[in-house]
Order: sequence, then structure tokens, then C-alpha cells
Amino acid sequence: MAMNSFEWVDATTVEQAAGMLAESTEQRPVIAKAGGIDLLDLMKEGILAPMRLVNLKTIRGLDEIDTENGLSLGALVTLDRIDSDPQVRARYLALSDAAGHAATPQVRNAATIGGNLLQRPRCWYFRHDHFHGEGADEMGSRGADENQHHAIFDNDKNAMVQASTPATALVAYDASAELAGGANGSRVVKLSDFFLPPEMQRAHDARIETGEVMTRVIVPPLNAGAKAAYRKQTERDSYDWPICDVAVVLTMEGQTVQNASIVMGWVAPTPRRAAESERLLIGNRLTDDLARQAARAAVAGATPLAKNSYKVPVLETVVRRTILAAAAG
Amino acid sequence: MATENQARADRPSLRSQSLLYGIVGQEMRQVTRQVPDDEPPQLPVNAELRSIGKSIPRLDAVQKVTGAAKYTFDVQLPGMLYARQIVCPWPHARVISIDTSAAERHPGVRAVHVLETLLQSARLRDPEAEARNKYPTVRFAGQTVAAVAAETQRIADQAAKLVKVEYERLPHVTDLDAAMDDEAPIVFPGPVEQPSTAGGGGAPEGLPQKGNVRGPNFGMPGMTPTGDIDQGLAEADVIVETEYRTQVQTHVPMETHGIVADWQDDGLTIYASTQHTHSVRDEAAEYFDLPKSKIRVISDFTGGGFGAKYGINNFGLLAIHLSQKAGAPVRMMLDRREEHVSAGNRPNSLQRVRIGAKQDGTLTAIDVISWGSGGIAGGAGIGFCFNALYPCPNMRTEQYDVFTNAGPCAAFRAPGQVQGIFSLEQAMDELADRLQLDPLILRDRIDTKPTDDMLARAHERKVAAERFGWSRRRPPNADAGPIKRGIGMAQAQWVYVVSPPTTVEVRVADDGSVSVYNSTQDVGTGTRTVLAQVVAEEFGLNAEDIGVFIGDTRFPWGPPSGGSRVTASVTAPARNAAYAAARDLAARLAPLFDDADPDDIFFADGKVGVRGKEGAARPLKDAAKEAKFGEISKLAKRHDDYEGFAVPGELSISRHGLGGVQFAEVAVDVETGVVKVERIVAASDCGRPINPKLVESQVIGGIIQGVSYAIYEDRIMDAASGHQLNANVDQYKMVGSRETPAIEVLLMEQIGAQSSTDARGIAEASNVATSAAIANAFYNATGKRIRTLPMNPANVLATLSA
Repeated sequence: MAMNSFEWVDATTVEQAAGMLAESTEQRPVIAKAGGIDLLDLMKEGILAPMRLVNLKTIRGLDEIDTENGLSLGALVTLDRIDSDPQVRARYLALSDAAGHAATPQVRNAATIGGNLLQRPRCWYFRHDHFHGEGADEMGSRGADENQHHAIFDNDKNAMVQASTPATALVAYDASAELAGGANGSRVVKLSDFFLPPEMQRAHDARIETGEVMTRVIVPPLNAGAKAAYRKQTERDSYDWPICDVAVVLTMEGQTVQNASIVMGWVAPTPRRAAESERLLIGNRLTDDLARQAARAAVAGATPLAKNSYKVPVLETVVRRTILAAAAG
Repeated sequence: MATENQARADRPSLRSQSLLYGIVGQEMRQVTRQVPDDEPPQLPVNAELRSIGKSIPRLDAVQKVTGAAKYTFDVQLPGMLYARQIVCPWPHARVISIDTSAAERHPGVRAVHVLETLLQSARLRDPEAEARNKYPTVRFAGQTVAAVAAETQRIADQAAKLVKVEYERLPHVTDLDAAMDDEAPIVFPGPVEQPSTAGGGGAPEGLPQKGNVRGPNFGMPGMTPTGDIDQGLAEADVIVETEYRTQVQTHVPMETHGIVADWQDDGLTIYASTQHTHSVRDEAAEYFDLPKSKIRVISDFTGGGFGAKYGINNFGLLAIHLSQKAGAPVRMMLDRREEHVSAGNRPNSLQRVRIGAKQDGTLTAIDVISWGSGGIAGGAGIGFCFNALYPCPNMRTEQYDVFTNAGPCAAFRAPGQVQGIFSLEQAMDELADRLQLDPLILRDRIDTKPTDDMLARAHERKVAAERFGWSRRRPPNADAGPIKRGIGMAQAQWVYVVSPPTTVEVRVADDGSVSVYNSTQDVGTGTRTVLAQVVAEEFGLNAEDIGVFIGDTRFPWGPPSGGSRVTASVTAPARNAAYAAARDLAARLAPLFDDADPDDIFFADGKVGVRGKEGAARPLKDAAKEAKFGEISKLAKRHDDYEGFAVPGELSISRHGLGGVQFAEVAVDVETGVVKVERIVAASDCGRPINPKLVESQVIGGIIQGVSYAIYEDRIMDAASGHQLNANVDQYKMVGSRETPAIEVLLMEQIGAQSSTDARGIAEASNVATSAAIANAFYNATGKRIRTLPMNPANVLATLSA
């Protein structure tokens, strides 16, 4: 399919971009463009038909990586840079690996961290224009019958999952997003609170207001002795969306876990913390058996749908393997 | 006169000749065949030739990798318009009215056309049930209704949305099992018929049909049930009884289907991404009541075709109408969604297989019942491998088509056989296991039909087993950890077919340069290159010296790229014509060599000379210039095989088939259900390989496509809406570079003594055994049989926990 005509504006400042985005209405949508990866998909599939695109790439200063105190990533930093920056890789391995395992080399060269976090779900109902148009009614009551890639937790109303995989690692690192241009100026939101369960009819699946621009992703400094690992389980290695992905950040003293952060992506509408698993690990000596128990706890309470029960054992396996990989790292 | 010529052409005068026969490198022998008088002497084995049998790079390689090769997608004509189809959003609906006025008024729109006749669908035996409908009934979501042509693609896309179609929705069913239910919505209001295309598919006429279920079809001619199944099962010491399911695989060629239609007062020119230029011409002639002489079809390059690219199709019908109305050329290329949804697919299958055998492996019964859905098209059978591979006295293959509200199936690289072999060769592996026989020994005992493919497989089993390291095979489920490795093998069988109408022209210009002409197309296999190699051999030239002109219906009739028949069909007449032209040229050049006997004139290394006076040989170019002869032109037709055919006709089927044996090594992660195919060794036969590198390239392609089918590909239909959900290359999963196993191809050179080149096909045979070999390796790895495709984590974990 081809796209409708639209205006393209190269923004030079965040304020200017925010001003234009604030003019967006349902009839005359104004949409921000960073790497343009997801945007182009959505426009080609007829899901989005913007009247005006605001190009953020022409704004200076949004593509910087700062590792002075924790980590600050400009929203325009590409996934490839997060993957290859030696400082990021040395300190935030799970994030680096998550960025490096997203999409394809070509996409990672263009895709930005801001755009990645704000991408829309990959749900095949969402990505099919029929379900946004004539067939919208066919979705509502029945939900998604072909739910093999959908949520196994918190899926009673809507089973679509957030698509970003770097988000899984960033939530594990307790990262925040900086949003600028809103009515009350700049604000910082924890990513664990930022995401919303994806919905067909909404413009964003995150707590970003019309007229706001994401400017930075901020990751707090790590505890001394922190170890981390990230695993993205796919059907294919070449390029694939995950069955699930898991990020684990551990603070260890010897073999004993002092602190643990375990986050699971693609299994719930938004990145899900394995709180019970973390509790089981903290204060205990990490053994294969403990990792096994923690993994079991991570899938307790799963409510798989007709076609995605296979995700439960896969998730359990990946949680266990990622905990052990983090401890070994 | 024509009849007389025809008769003479079909029955050439024959000479009795002793010919070399067998697999090169093995024990060979002489056989006596009746050879048409005008055919050249038999070629020696490839090692003794200088052009044929050499792995030269394909002649158009640089054009292809630099983008210089012009595909239909690249065709740009002055004043060309762009088309967009209007497709129905509902899976089953009656079209009440169509209002095209707003689209017609849209600036830049030059023509709008509503489809009157629906192609690519089964047809009602008695059209009365829908005779009062003004428009074709819509039976799948994405079925085309109309099309617009406009000055730009964007205008066409916008105008397509302005066509107002009023539908009356009807109940639909997309699932195979659901459609078999007595209470299921009915896809067709009566029995239907479905002819086959050059790629295969279709079903015999007049079969019974109840609801959506059509059959039984007992398969191809000669496949009627034999013996007594019950008695065969009673005589068996072991019975393997199992159920298998395979999924729908859609066609994903690099270049989607498409044509550029250029309707002019003096005739119609069509550029087509096609597997048969003549099928496009013939259908255009039929539906537009034009003489074939006024239609020209051009296909310089086709960006892949696996069985679905024949004829003009609905989009082509529309494009030609639009061109006629607008008085301008019209480009109509399908987008990727249209390609997945409407351009053809490999049907799914549900197969129930019962095989009985004696303790020593002797087969006593093969009983198969299958259901498959090709959507709104018939032809969802499971091939002929049950009958063709292993002889058995009691045999029945009962196949049913089940119609659903989904896009039509089309032939797809060994249609039916890929599904059938998945179950047959797994059942044989299971049988070997039950009988405690090595699977290779079981095959040695039961693969006994007196055919060339049987001989090829016997040899292939030996060489492939040795290369692969079959002796490393361990008992099932031998690894302790979560990653379990295993190996397995499976056999292939496919028909060896030829199109005898194939005619090739070879010309020698007065400068001594040589060119060859045939209308056949190159779908990516290297047809230009093999034609050049065969012709070059006769003139002592290099393949790159030969002008090759194909992909145009102005040239003599060439075969479809279907049924793996092109090389077998074109190389023999190409050699025959080249031989005749070379002999003629020899006669004209003989005066330059002291009136030497033309029979003593030879061509080698770009020179012409006389035997015995090799030192006096001179460049062919110079000799031609001096001799001042007029252009030489020779036509030769593909004669029947020297032994004749089991089924003669435009599609002539030999009693011999194509073999092939594949060995697979897999690693199964039993905790995640991820299957990785690590290595495939394929032993393949294609008669005489004209260019081994090109043959190996096709075998590698077949294996990659087979891995993709076995592990990843799956069309997902949403039952509620009737839409395919993954009609793109993001969510329709195919093998990628990291999923491609290490592949080794062991290529036989088998001289069948049937034609002047003895070339046979390879494309389909290379794709047949892969999924079964992987499934058997899966069993060896895990101790569990996987009977459902694809082997993705959902199906694998369900299998392992069963």
C-alpha cells in the first residue's frame, strides 16, 4: 500500500517541535518522527495517516550519551550506538544486549531509543488496517483469537503487548524518561509507570501528552558489584520479535544475592516485574535450584490464552537461564 | 499438410543405436535405443566435454547483482499508468452494487474496470445457482472486485478508496476442520471443478461433493486402489498408523506477481512476471478474443516463481481491460499482502496413514486418507509419492478437497508431494524403528521399482550416508541436557517430465556468430546459461560467445517453468538444432580447406579446422568472413524420449522419476521448543547436469525453502474476520541467514540414454525430502515424533509434553 501525502517539517528546537505537535487533532494529526522506522511501517499499512510529520532528527543535542553519573541517553541515540558504546556495554550490559538484539543491523542503525520506546504493538490485529476500519467491530467483543504472540498475564481485557525490548532492560535498571514541552515544562517519569496496556484506538501506549517530546532516557547509577544479563527468546536468530525477553540485574556479595531486579517483556501488556522471584533470590545463595524456584515463581499466576500456553514454559526457562547468566557474568 | 507434417514430426525415422547408460563413476553399460535419425551422436560423459557439464558462472550474474537486469517490476513505458485493485474486506459476500463514478471523476484517473469473470477459483459445475448475480460472488477476504488506473500510483491508491461497493455478507468458514462439519457455512452452492495449471494442482472432473468436501479423488491416472487393504493389513506383522498435519505455505517470491499491459490498435504487448510466457498469451487470447498472432508476451527476467505464476490471473485481466479503456500501458504489480492472500499457496493437509509390513520390511498395505484445503480452489491433494515410491500390492490413496473462504491454492514446488513425503517418510522411519531395522536398510529392501530414480536413490543413500556420517547415529534421546541433537534421513521422488512441443532455433550469422532462440523464461534457474553451454559445445565456442534470446513469445514455443521440465525440454532440441547448424556451417566452410569432407571439419576453441590437419585451423570469424555464406537457421523440436513416455502429451511423463536423498542434523532445545537445523547433506540427481553449479544452487534453494516450511512458515487465518493476519514478511516467518544450515550437495551424473542431452529436472525434487528428514532427525534427537508442521515452539512443546 502507498501512503497519503503529508507535510514534513524539520524541527530545530524541542520547543518548536512541541508547539507543532500540540496542534495535532484527530482530523489533522501531527506526528513526531525520530528514526522513522515504526512510523513508516504504520503509514504504509494505513494505520497512521499524518497530516504533518515533525522531524526531530534536526534538533541538535538529542543524540548524546553521557555516562558521568549513571547513564543519560538522548532520545535520538540509535540502538546501534547503545549496543556498541564501550561505556554502556561495560556498565549496562543488559541494555546493550537488548539494543543489540533488537530488529536488524539496518534498523538498529536508524532506530532511536525514543522511537523504540514509543513504538506501537506488533499485534497482527493492530497492524492490519481492516481492524481499524470496516472490521473494527470484529475485534472488540471477541478479542484476538489468534493470540500466540499475546500476553499470558493481565490479559483479561486486552492481550496486546508492548513491543519494545530495550524497555525490558531499562525497566530492570529502573530507568526514567524525560519529557519536555508539556504545559508544566519538563518532567521525568519512571519507565515502570510510563507504559500503558496497548489499545487499538489510542494514539500512544504511554503516558506522553499531546505536545510532549521525549528528550532523554535516564538510568540511575548502579550498585557496586552489580551484574546483569539479558535474554531475548525468539523462534529465529536472524531477525524476530520475541516469545519473551528477560532482563536480570543482580547485586551479589560472593554467591549471595543482595539485590535483584527481574523484568519480563512480551508476556504482559507492559514490562512485568517478577517481584516474587526477586524476593526469593534476595538474601540467599544463588544456586541452580534457587534459580529454578525463582523461575517457577515468575510464571505463577500466568493465565495463558487458547494459543499461547507454550509461552509459559518458555518464559520459565528464559528467566532461569537469565538469572544464572547474570550471576555468572 | 499441417497434419502430415505433424505426423512426420511426431514420428521421426529412427535408427537403432547402442548408448551408454548408468551413473557415471559407477558400473555403466550399453543399452540399445531407437534414436531419431536427425539427432546427433550421444554425448560422452561430462568429463570429456568442454562446455557442457562445466560450472561456469551464470551469464546474467553481473546484470542481476548490479540491478541492470530488467524485471517486470522495472518496466517503464511512455505514458504508462499505475493500477490498484479494489479488494473485498469480507470473506464471503454477494456484491449488490458497485458505484465507480467518484473514482472516475478523481483527477488523474484514466480508467476503472469491474471484474466480470473470476479466475483462480474453482467453478460451479452448474452455474445456475449464481446465474442471476451481476458480479462474481466474493469467497475470501482480499478477493478482487475491480481496479483503477491512474497517472501515478498514489492517485490510483486514493481512487481505489472512492469505489463504493455494496455487499451482502454471507456466513464464512476458514478452518479446515470446521469446514468439514456438516453444519459448516457452504463456500460454493454446488459441486465445482478445478482444472490444473502447467505447474500442477487441480483435480479430476466430476468428483462427488458434499458440502465443502469434494472427493474421493484417488489421484493421478494409474493411482486407482490396488489389491485389498484389509487383507494387506491382516498379513502385516507390524502396522504403523498415524495422523499428520501440515500447514498452509504462501508464495513469497522476491518479485510479486504482476504485468504491464500495453493495448494498441494493432495488438497487445504484455510484460509479465511469469513462469510461462505462452500461458499468458493463450489466456489473454481467450479472454479478449484476440488472435494469438496479435499478442506478444515478454519476460526478460522473472523474480522467482514456485508454481503460482501462470496465465493472466484476475489482476492481469483487469490490467488489460484498463489498458484497453485508457489507451495507455498499465502497470499492475501486486503488493506483498495481495501476494500472500490471493496469489496462491501450498494447501494444508490432514493425513491418516496406515502402513503394514512384514518382519523383514516387505510392505503389505499402504492406506492413506487425506483432507486439505486450497481455499476457494481445488487441488489440495498430497501428491503421488505413496504410489510412486515403494511398490506394495495393496494400496489406496483417498484424497479430499475441502473448500474454505480463503485465497486459492496454486501449484507450489512439488505440489502435494512435499506434504505427502512428510508423512510417508516419517511413517517409514517409524516402521524401521518398530522393525529394529536401520532406515537405510529398510529403504534398500523396499525401494525396488525398476526406474532410474530407484537406481539413483540406491547410490545416493550410500554416498550421502558416508559423507554425512550416518554411522554416528545414536539411539533416540541420547543427550542428557536440554539441547538434544539427532540425525535423520528421508527420500524424495518426483516426476521426470518433458514438453515435446518445445522447439529451439539456432542461427549462425554470416560473421560466424551463433545465437539461440526459445520463448521459455528464466525464473532464476539459469536457463540462458545452460542453453548457451549446450549450443557452444557444438561450435567449439564459449558459452558467453552465444547470443541467447528467451522470454518472448515471438520465439519458437518453449516450456513452462513448472514440473521441473525446462532444462529437460529445451537442451535436447537446442543441441539438435546446434548440431544441424554446425554441420551446415561445416559444409559451407569446407571449400576453404581444400574442399575437405565436411564430416572432417571440426570446431574447437573458437577455430575451425580439418581433422588430421589441426595445425591449419583458423579463427571461425575469419573463415566465416571469407566464405561469404548466408545466415544459417535450424529449428529442432524436442522429440519424445528414446523409450517414449508413460503418459505422452504436452506434459509428457516418463516412467522414470527423479530421486534424491537428504540427511539432516538438528538441535532441539526441549525447554524452549526451538529447533535448529544445523546441517543437511543432499544427494541429488538430474540426469546429466549441464551446469553443476546452477544445479547445486537450485538444490540449496530447495533445501532452504524446505527448512523454512518445516520450521517457520505458517499462514495464520483469523476465523472471526476471515483475514490472513500475517500477510507480510515481518509476521509470516521465513528462514533467515542464521537459520540456514550448513548444506552439502552431492550431485550424480546419471546418463539415462533418453535424449540428446539426457538432462532432467531438479527444482522440485530438491524440496521434497527436507521436512521429513528434519522430522526424523527430531525423533532421533528427542525420542518423540513430530507430526504437525511447522516445528515451531508451540508445536514442538505440545509434541514433547504429549
